[in-house]
Amino acid sequence: MELFVGDLSLLVFLPALGALGLLFIPRRMTSELFVVALGSALLTFLWSLWILRRFDPALGEMQLVERISWIPAYGIDYFVGVDGLSLFLVLLTALLGPIVMLASWTIRDRVKEYLFFMLVLETGMLGAFVALDLVLFYVFWEVMLVPMYFLIGVWGGPRRIYAALKFVLYTMAGSLLMLVAIIYLATRNAEVTQLLTFDLLKLYNLNLPYAEQMWLFSAFALSFAIKVPLFPFHTWLPDAHVEAPTAGSVILAAILLKMGTYGFLRFAIPLFPEAALSAAPFMVALAVIGIVYGAMVAMMQADLKKLVAYSSVSHLGFVVLGLFAFNLQGIEGAVYQMLNHGLSTGALFLIVGMIYERRHTRMIDDFGGLWKQMPIFSACFLVVTLSSIGLPGLNGFVGEFLILLGSFQTSPFWTAGAATGVVLGAVYMLWMFRRVVFGPLTRPENQRLKDIGPREIAILSPILVLILVMGIYPRPFLNRMKPAAELVIQRVEGKKAAVPLLEGVTERKEQPVRGN
Amino acid sequence: MEINFTPLLPAAEVLLTALTVLILDLFLEKEEKGLLGWISLLGLAIAAWMVFLLRGSQEGAFQDTYILDSFALFFSALFIGIAAIALLSSLHYLKETDIREGEYHALILFSTFGMILMASANDLIVFFLGLETMSIAVYVLTGMWRARSASSEAAMKYFVIGAFATGFFLYGIALIFGATGSTHFGRLSAFLAQPGLEAPLFFHAGVFLLLIGLAFKIAAVPFHFWVPDVYEGAPTPVSAFMAVGVKAAAFAGWARIFLGQMTPVREDWAAALWMLAILTMTAGNLLAIAQTSVKRMLAYSSIAHAGYLLIGVVAGGDTGGQALLFYLLTYAPMTLGAFAVVVALKSGEQDCESYSDYAGLGWKRPFLAMAMSLFMLSLAGFPPLAGFAGKFYIFRSAVVEGYTNLAVAGALNSLLSVIYYLRVVVLMYMEEGGVEGKSLAAAPFLYAAIFLGVVGTLYLGLLPAAALDLSRVAFLSLR
Repeated sequence: MELFVGDLSLLVFLPALGALGLLFIPRRMTSELFVVALGSALLTFLWSLWILRRFDPALGEMQLVERISWIPAYGIDYFVGVDGLSLFLVLLTALLGPIVMLASWTIRDRVKEYLFFMLVLETGMLGAFVALDLVLFYVFWEVMLVPMYFLIGVWGGPRRIYAALKFVLYTMAGSLLMLVAIIYLATRNAEVTQLLTFDLLKLYNLNLPYAEQMWLFSAFALSFAIKVPLFPFHTWLPDAHVEAPTAGSVILAAILLKMGTYGFLRFAIPLFPEAALSAAPFMVALAVIGIVYGAMVAMMQADLKKLVAYSSVSHLGFVVLGLFAFNLQGIEGAVYQMLNHGLSTGALFLIVGMIYERRHTRMIDDFGGLWKQMPIFSACFLVVTLSSIGLPGLNGFVGEFLILLGSFQTSPFWTAGAATGVVLGAVYMLWMFRRVVFGPLTRPENQRLKDIGPREIAILSPILVLILVMGIYPRPFLNRMKPAAELVIQRVEGKKAAVPLLEGVTERKEQPVRGN
Repeated sequence: MEINFTPLLPAAEVLLTALTVLILDLFLEKEEKGLLGWISLLGLAIAAWMVFLLRGSQEGAFQDTYILDSFALFFSALFIGIAAIALLSSLHYLKETDIREGEYHALILFSTFGMILMASANDLIVFFLGLETMSIAVYVLTGMWRARSASSEAAMKYFVIGAFATGFFLYGIALIFGATGSTHFGRLSAFLAQPGLEAPLFFHAGVFLLLIGLAFKIAAVPFHFWVPDVYEGAPTPVSAFMAVGVKAAAFAGWARIFLGQMTPVREDWAAALWMLAILTMTAGNLLAIAQTSVKRMLAYSSIAHAGYLLIGVVAGGDTGGQALLFYLLTYAPMTLGAFAVVVALKSGEQDCESYSDYAGLGWKRPFLAMAMSLFMLSLAGFPPLAGFAGKFYIFRSAVVEGYTNLAVAGALNSLLSVIYYLRVVVLMYMEEGGVEGKSLAAAPFLYAAIFLGVVGTLYLGLLPAAALDLSRVAFLSLR
């Protein structure tokens, strides 16, 4: 089936259509507004399953490609496509769409605008994952910023304005320099090939001198490192998470942060392979510092949301570690871990949101012994916690294991450091879980807590199912990632010989790379 | 001597309308004066239609001292559009203040006529005539709200500083005339094209004086001190007209004189302008952060945007020129729109220009707040809005012409600008208390002006291809 807009474009713009539809519904009809928003999010999800069906797992190239000339005089196209690296991120985004809509059911304030921004945000995220033209990518990248800014700033907690502004300024600081780098890259490409284009796949073939690559890589990497967020660019994250409403935190953690790691994988690394190779030790070091630092800070948090936020810093450090291993296990593990983190941290924020709605506090000390009052809730919480700490049999294990396996081949020392992060992760998550769910039910407020209802079960169950499936049977996922990941590796491997500066890295990379 | 009148048509039409309005004003009763605004708009529409009919023309008049090429047509259309939106947003404002409608409309038209003259000049003296016609009309407009002392003060300041700048400019013309024996652009080019030319020192001094004169008009730092007071004191629609129209006209001069004729002596001015561009952007943005009045913030923001525009002049070449023209195009709807929203918040005697007046507007007047957010985001350079497209091409021209440092400076400055533009958005949606703002029923034409701003901001951001083509054709007609 080939619609005149193309399957992928339809996916990207379905939420935006829903947002447009919302504008025609009067403000006071809240339930209708919710139905329309949830409906378009659900449709988007169903359509994403169709995309999955049409996706050919054997190919590493871009699929479902659409290209429409946008600004022909400057070689800017509307150019989208998916490959195995972006496919699951697109699916994750589409899956979380209806989930966050359901989780927003309790919003009573300015519902119309809230749902409008949620849907626009979804379009922005989907667009950023499928964009293959650098300008188009930049447009979607920035389009995501505005609705998130409003979601935090209008529906957030007491320090929401500070957090929202910090979020925007941090992100913009990186992305504006990336814009200049994009322009510079296209200009250099036009000088070399006499063809002005912002087409990512064409720009992949450009070979720039090492010094120029380094500058451009730095600009891209800064932008993505802030988004990931990589230590020491992470300080916006706890603020944004703590102040954001539940759905905002979920999207922020589950998808927006993935934009950073996805950006490394899609843009910074393959566009500037030599620079990426020589920056790898530095990036790996930052990643491991982030893993350990994030875990230690998370351990000391009294606020559940802050704890989860810092755990994100730690978990995303793993993803970056995997990416900069430049081998199949590392990259597959990184992409897998992006999905895992999206699911488990998304679920954690949902869970925190659920008890926050009941008790209006997120302090760990205010809880304890919840399992007596809320057995279903506690069971779900347990599964998610175990997934987050990487228990074998659940999804987190697969990702972390692959990443450590991959990165051990290139930087065993740092990998050892990262492995301690796994232990620390278990410490802070289990300790938190014990304090919240086990122990005596001391506080009288907690004795009247109601367990989660059908709506909340409906929110959590798809995530729980995926956590199990991805833990037990990762093959279908990894198979689809593999060809695309191999292409990225080829691109980097091909450049390795050309980097005389990096004797050390070159030697270690000679080890055979085994597929899954 | 045969005079070819065709190229004069759009300018003459604007002038004629101005005179008609001025004469009719004498015969109309006070309550009938609303008619004058419509006559002015009609006159502008006819002028726009003439521009459309004359598209592609390349004709001179008065011994080629006046020329109607694609460049002049591009700017004529831009000025006519700016004047029309400024008039739309002032119709209501005039009724609330004691500004006399007849003179107001006529002066806007006179000044538009001056701008068209500037863009069509092919001779320094004709350019100067246009500059003065425009400036004097705007000096008067600034002081038209006589009941308010800030307005008169602003007019006085603007006049004194403007006269000062005029002096620089005129002296520059004199020196150049002394060196080359002509003020005609064609003969200037011929003079500069001589092989092995050693121009006398005072020619270079003349070029530099022209530069300073024009720098005053676009409010480049350090020639910007008049801007905040003048923009704040002037009636708001006039501030909008100044921020966009006067700036665009002055940049037409920059493009025609510096990117056209003076390209052979680039070394004279490029380095100085590089410095000026960076200073203007940075100072404009830093000072804008510190403001407490939205109108004053917009004044400083217009300084910052002059800095971005100067990037195009410094970059030079075809890409720089095209980017400059396109930026002016994108700058117009968002700035006019933002000022129109400031007008919409004025209630009775109160100006309501401080930030706190905007608090909670998002829930009281959703359209106004939505429009203002779009304008602010666009001015800050968020895609997919006009401001982003403008910045993108300006930065690109800098990179293409080897001024990557300017592009980086521009990018960092955009970051600074996000701080103060978003503050308005924060207040409108995230705070409470503040003023009501006018409703659609109370000021339909003002809303029309804002709506046009929104349409322009979205259109130029999403589908810039056609406008880019226009800018390219316009600039290449200078070659």
